[in-house]
This record gives sequence, structure tokens and C-alpha cells, in this order.
Amino acid sequence: MSASQRVACEDVVMFVNAAIASSAQREFRQSAGEQRMSLGFLHEYVLGNYRELYAATLALDVNHLNAAWIVTNLLRTASAAGPRERALEGRLIAARLRTLPPQRVYAAFRELRRLGVNNRRTRAIMRDWVTARPDPAFDAVKYRRSLSVAARHAHLALPGEVGTALFDWRTPKRYDTPILESWRRAHYEARSLYDLPYTVAEGLAVRHGIDRARFLAGIAPRLTDHERLRLQSSAARHGAATVAMDLASAPLTRLAVYVLSLPRPERAERRAELTEALRTAARRAAGNRFGTWGRVVAVLDDSYSSAGSAAKRRRPLAVALATHYLLEALATSYTGLWLNHSGDPLTVHPVGVTALGERLVDGLELRPDRLVIVSDGWDNAPAGLAAEVLRVWRTALDPGERTSIVHLNPVYDSDSFDVRRLGGDVATVGVRDAEDVAALVELARFATGRAGFDELRAHLSDRVGRFLHASEAAR
Amino acid sequence: MIDFAGLTVAPSQTWGAVRLVPLLRAEPITDLRLHQRAYDPDELSIVEVGPRTAYVAYVPHAFVADWTADGTPAAAYGTQLHDPAAKAAPDRVGLRFHRRMNRREDRRRLRFLPLHLAMEGYLGLQFGGPSIAWQEWTHRAVTRGLSPRVEASYRGAAVAGLEDALRIFEIHPDQCGMLLYVADALAAAFVLPHPADYRALHSSLVQDFYGELIFQYAHLYPAVPDFLVRLDEDRVTSLADLRGQLARTLKDWSDFHDSALAGGLLAGPDLAFTRIRRMGRFTLSRFVPAFDPDGENHIGETITDQRGRLAYLKTFRLSAAQTRRGYLLAKLAAHDWNLDATAAALGTDRQNLKLRLDGAGFGHLLRPGR
Repeated sequence: MSASQRVACEDVVMFVNAAIASSAQREFRQSAGEQRMSLGFLHEYVLGNYRELYAATLALDVNHLNAAWIVTNLLRTASAAGPRERALEGRLIAARLRTLPPQRVYAAFRELRRLGVNNRRTRAIMRDWVTARPDPAFDAVKYRRSLSVAARHAHLALPGEVGTALFDWRTPKRYDTPILESWRRAHYEARSLYDLPYTVAEGLAVRHGIDRARFLAGIAPRLTDHERLRLQSSAARHGAATVAMDLASAPLTRLAVYVLSLPRPERAERRAELTEALRTAARRAAGNRFGTWGRVVAVLDDSYSSAGSAAKRRRPLAVALATHYLLEALATSYTGLWLNHSGDPLTVHPVGVTALGERLVDGLELRPDRLVIVSDGWDNAPAGLAAEVLRVWRTALDPGERTSIVHLNPVYDSDSFDVRRLGGDVATVGVRDAEDVAALVELARFATGRAGFDELRAHLSDRVGRFLHASEAAR
Repeated sequence: MIDFAGLTVAPSQTWGAVRLVPLLRAEPITDLRLHQRAYDPDELSIVEVGPRTAYVAYVPHAFVADWTADGTPAAAYGTQLHDPAAKAAPDRVGLRFHRRMNRREDRRRLRFLPLHLAMEGYLGLQFGGPSIAWQEWTHRAVTRGLSPRVEASYRGAAVAGLEDALRIFEIHPDQCGMLLYVADALAAAFVLPHPADYRALHSSLVQDFYGELIFQYAHLYPAVPDFLVRLDEDRVTSLADLRGQLARTLKDWSDFHDSALAGGLLAGPDLAFTRIRRMGRFTLSRFVPAFDPDGENHIGETITDQRGRLAYLKTFRLSAAQTRRGYLLAKLAAHDWNLDATAAALGTDRQNLKLRLDGAGFGHLLRPGR
């Protein structure tokens, strides 16, 4: 592999790690501004140098923010691509927009308007996405401003009363579309607002002076899954029993974030229920890989820095906790080692130093088939010990690589434009949701620089093929 | 002589130019504890509600609480030993805050004034002025001494990067102290008897004050290197060997730290201790250094037990100018403020000494033209 190919390989892996882990929010050590600027630079760099691969990352599990940024950047610089690339990019963009949450897509549209990107292709992409939405009237209520911006920018022909509701809503005496009519009535009578989406109803409820407990009880049937999970504690405080949900139906990482938001005594009290929910969610996330990973040991970081930031409360710890339950489902025999915590993982708490080195030796002593490390990579007791332990393990104790080691890092380090690595020998990949761990481990072999650029290219085009196939088959 | 017996040095954590070295105690001291009032009632994690048998309470200097009967805030004046059962409040200075600061006080967070008892000790050095009224000294110097004596320092919040370094520092569960380095110059040492006290007072380090040297170093040096560990793979044939090497690296670090990094404080020249108060088996003292212009000079206060083991320590590093002033005053006092004798002891002449006194800011003590 030539030097330029190695650099290209490293650059792309770096970008993929960043695009998976970073959400341009404040982290434990870096501010939102630093994260945003660093991530923005990386986007520009990869877009300018490896446009084809940049577009291909849309097929990977990059997070919503980065997917929206990639779409915007590709459309912004469309003139730099030839007709064949543009066709592929167009398919990727359309497929990715279908999987993004609508508010993210609308935000991307607003950004396109701000940048003044308005050409036939962009308008067609916007039109196709908006017409594929199941209910334009619902969007006109829930994403009112955004839909009107998109409609003006892309000259969209909106069906029936939707256009009127967006641009001249006071004129009609009544609407024939039920949701628009409820929305009109909700401005004047409190009863109607319970037919509206939660985010819209919330503002109107304040205007009508409805107290929070009554509002939550009434709006419960209209909540989306994520809203419902987010409102669990608040609803319990207000005594709105109808908001309660079956926790096991929530996605694994979000569930872990919720569990960690509870006070420790409550976690201990509801141990059976929470553990069961986490196990069920993990089994669902493991899917057909259940019990196929052999003997697995995980070293999980619960140091103080896993407390995250005000914007991402306990996110690194939640990823570690979710990974713990996921690996339990994936492995035939599993041991999870926390850095400081012992006992039930449910009551884990971010406190203490990151003494990864010693724990790694504890983990390696069990001679696992796979060793998974979940940590932000700030090994500080003492600094660099984990890297040395892993190096000595590889060179002196396990040259045949019977144990495969992978490091999952939930925190993007904006200073080094990558997730922080433990050492050259160990693959480090960014992680946002523990559910993706199985797919990320596939990507890990490119992170050590042992797999070539052609392999990476082949892997990406394979992923793009599968992604497009799945997306276009589902249409 | 300061002795870190009973304290273990743990690996350092760095952030920019700041290096923080935690000190751990295998056995915390339970019969000397932070005064109950110093705990923040909102922070449940650090309040240990257990039956405490006989113990002595201490109040760190400049800790602000509503000690007074009418609820107005007051700051403890000097670190104090206290009988926890006694009703009497510690010696204190009444404070007047602006409205905004008062409101913040209502949240009952820990607060300290950026002051230091040991600084008193330094400022009070030879405060009385010339003991013999040699004709070179002004009338004012002889009658009023060095008053007013002023020294400047910087608040921790003004030291670049210190606030961030303390925020992201990961506290050990059994941590009882901290050595704070800026550009690998020892800025402050802080030792407490119990980990819970440390958790309560960790953030007070940013409200503390630091010398000019530390302030400048923090601006001049972008980053200090990590001391990266190196293991020897040729000597490792099993995981047990690897464990052995880990233990050895920790020992190496602790030896290196005590001799190289903290050497100026631990193995430095003789410190002059003054005993302030004794309560139970504990003694509160403050110390001043020998004012060696070429070395590190720390002033500070300690609480030690009957065997001389350290329970509480807080130091302040004097800047070069402050050391020079202390050095000159000490030399003058040793020679009864006689200029010729002092000059001879310093290996210089009378004119030169006068220049040096002037340069150190004591020119106003000398009569012009003599």
C-alpha cells in the first residue's frame, strides 16, 4: 500500500469515526464551539479530497447531524461532481433522507435555503421527499415553519388545504381535513388540542392555562415513542399514569440513558424491571447474532469523565452500560469489568480515575476470544499505560492474535480530529448507539491500517449497495 | 520539615500547562474533620451521616458561612481547630456582599475568600521594623514599622487553564490531597484528613490565590508533557510479569515525583514552624521558608498529629520578588537592622544594599542622602 493510499485510508476512517461519535455538542472536555469547528473542518477536508467516499459514508451509521451535514454539503457543491457521481449521490441522498427524522430533514432544507442553494436538482430532491411524507397536513401542523420554508424554497405544490393552512390560516371558517380543523379549533378551545402532536399541543396548553398533570394525562395517546420515554420521570412526578410505557420497547441506548437518569436508590428498587427491560432491548438489538460471539470480556469506563456534559448527560456511561447488556446477549460467555464500580451494573455511577491499564490485564487474564473496550480514551492513571499493556500483549504474549481487541470510543476529541486512540495496534472506532456495535466491529479492521485502501473502497461500495437496495426495496 | 508519610502519590493528570498530582491516604483520619457547617447540604454524596465519636473539627481559612446569629455571612479568620460540640463560632471577619453575591451565598455553596492565613505569617515578618534606631532609617520606619505592608497575588480563576483543569480532574475515591503544578513548578500543596473533606473542598482550589510566577507560567507554557509509561516487553513472558511491571512503573513514578517534582517542598531547606494552637492530639502551625533566592519558597499552614504526621497542609509559593523581600528582611533582622553588618553578610557594600532595598520596595524606609 502506498503512502498516499494509507493517508487516504486513515483520513476516511477518521472522518467516519467523527461522523458517528460527534454531535457537535459540548463534551466533558471540549466546548460545543470547539467540537463544531473541528467537525466542520473535517467535513470540508474529506469533501474536498475524497468526494466519492464522503458520499458513501451516508450508507454507514453516521449520526443524524452528520448525515444532514453531508447531504447539505453534497448539494452545495454539486457542480464539482460529474453526471455519473451525481446520479449515485442523488440516490444516496434520497435514501438517507428517508431514514432521517423529519425535523432533521427540514433543518437541512432550511440550511439549504440559508445558503441559497436552489437548483432544479435540489428542488426535485426536496419535492420528492415532501411528497413521500405520509400526511402533508400533519407536517403542516407539526413542522409548520419548516414546511412553509421548504414550500417557498422549492416552489412546492401543496395539496388541498395545506397551502392555505400554511400561508393564510385565519381566512377559512373551517377546514375539511380533520387535523387542520383540530389545530384551528385548538386556538380557541382547550378540548381540541388533545388531537394534536405533543410539541404543538404543549404551547397551546400553556396558552389555555391547562396544568401540566392534566395535559400529560390527556396527550398521552398522541406521544411518539421517544417523547414518551423522555417524559417518564416528569409524568411520574405529576402522577400521569397514562404516560407509562413498556420500557423494553425502547431502543437500547436510549433506555440506558433513561436508566442512568434515575437516582441510584430508585434504580436499586426497580432492579428487576429495569434489568429485564435492558436485557430485552439488548436481545432485540442483537437479532440473529445472538450468542454467536464466543467468550467476550468487556472493559467499561465509568470514570468521572463518562459523566459527559450538560448537553450529553452521562452519554459515555450510557453507551458503556448499553454495550454491557448487548455483549451479554451476543456472547456465549461474558464478563463485564468496570473500572471502579463493582456489583450490579445497574447502579453504576461516574466517579474516579481512568485506570484502564490494570483492568485490561484483569480482562486479558480471562483469555477471551474478544476483548471490547468502551472508553473515551483518556487513560490517565498513569497516562499511556493501557497502550503499553496492549502493545506488550500483542508483541510478547499474544503474537498470534487469538484475542481480537477493539476499542469503542463514544467521545470525539476535537483537538486531534478523531476519537482518542489507545495505541497504534488497537482498532478504535467511534460509537454513538450501542446497537451499532456489531456493524462497527466490522469497520474496526480499517482503523489499524492493516486493511488496504482498496479493501476499504470495496467495503464502502458494498455497504452502499446494500443500503440502496434495502432502501429502494422498502419504498 | 514536611513529611508525606501515610500519603501515596498517584499518577498525575494534565490539562494544558497544569499538572495535578493526587495524594491518596490508605487510612483516612477520622478524628479530625471539616466543620459540619462547611459541607454543602445539597451535595448528599459527601455528607456522611454516621455517628461520629469524639473528633476535632477544623474550619479552613476564609470559609464563608452564616456563622453569626442574624444570619449575615462571615469568613473564618485563619484556619482553626474547633470543638464540634462547642456552641461558639470560630473567629471570623464579618462580610458585606453586594446583592448579587449575597444571593449566590443563599445557595449555600462552599465559598472562600481568596486569602490565606500563611500569608499573614509572611506579611507579619519583621513587621515591627528596625529594632535599633540607626540613623539611616526614617522616623516612620522606626515608630510604625513596615506598615502598611502589601503583597499582590492572582486568584485561581485568573490563572489560565486552571479552572478547566480542576473541573475535568478525576478525583480518586480515597483522595485526600493534591499537588498542583503549573508548567511543572509546584504552585500549591493541599492535604486534608479525609476523602469526603477533599471532595467538599476540591473546587476551593480555584478560589485560592497564586503567585505571580504561576500566573505567568500558565500564560507562557502551552502544555506540559505526560510522563508516558514504558514497559519492557523482553522481560514479560506471562501476565504475572506484566502485573509486576505495572507495580514497578507506579513505584517509579512516585519516587520520581517525590525527588524531582516535589523536591523543592519536601527536601527543601529548613522551614521555620510557629505553633498556633493545639487541640486534642492535633497541632496547628504555620511555616515560612528560609528565603533562599535560588530555590523554591513555600509558605503554608499545617495540622499535624501527635506523631508529627500530616493531617492538613496548605501552601502558597512565593514569587522571586517576594522571596527577595523576605530574604532581605530576614538578613536585616539577623544583624539588628545595621546596614554595614548586613551588607558585609550579603557580600556587598552599603550603597549596593541600599539599591537592593530600594529595588525590593523598601526604599521608603531609608532616609534620603545617608
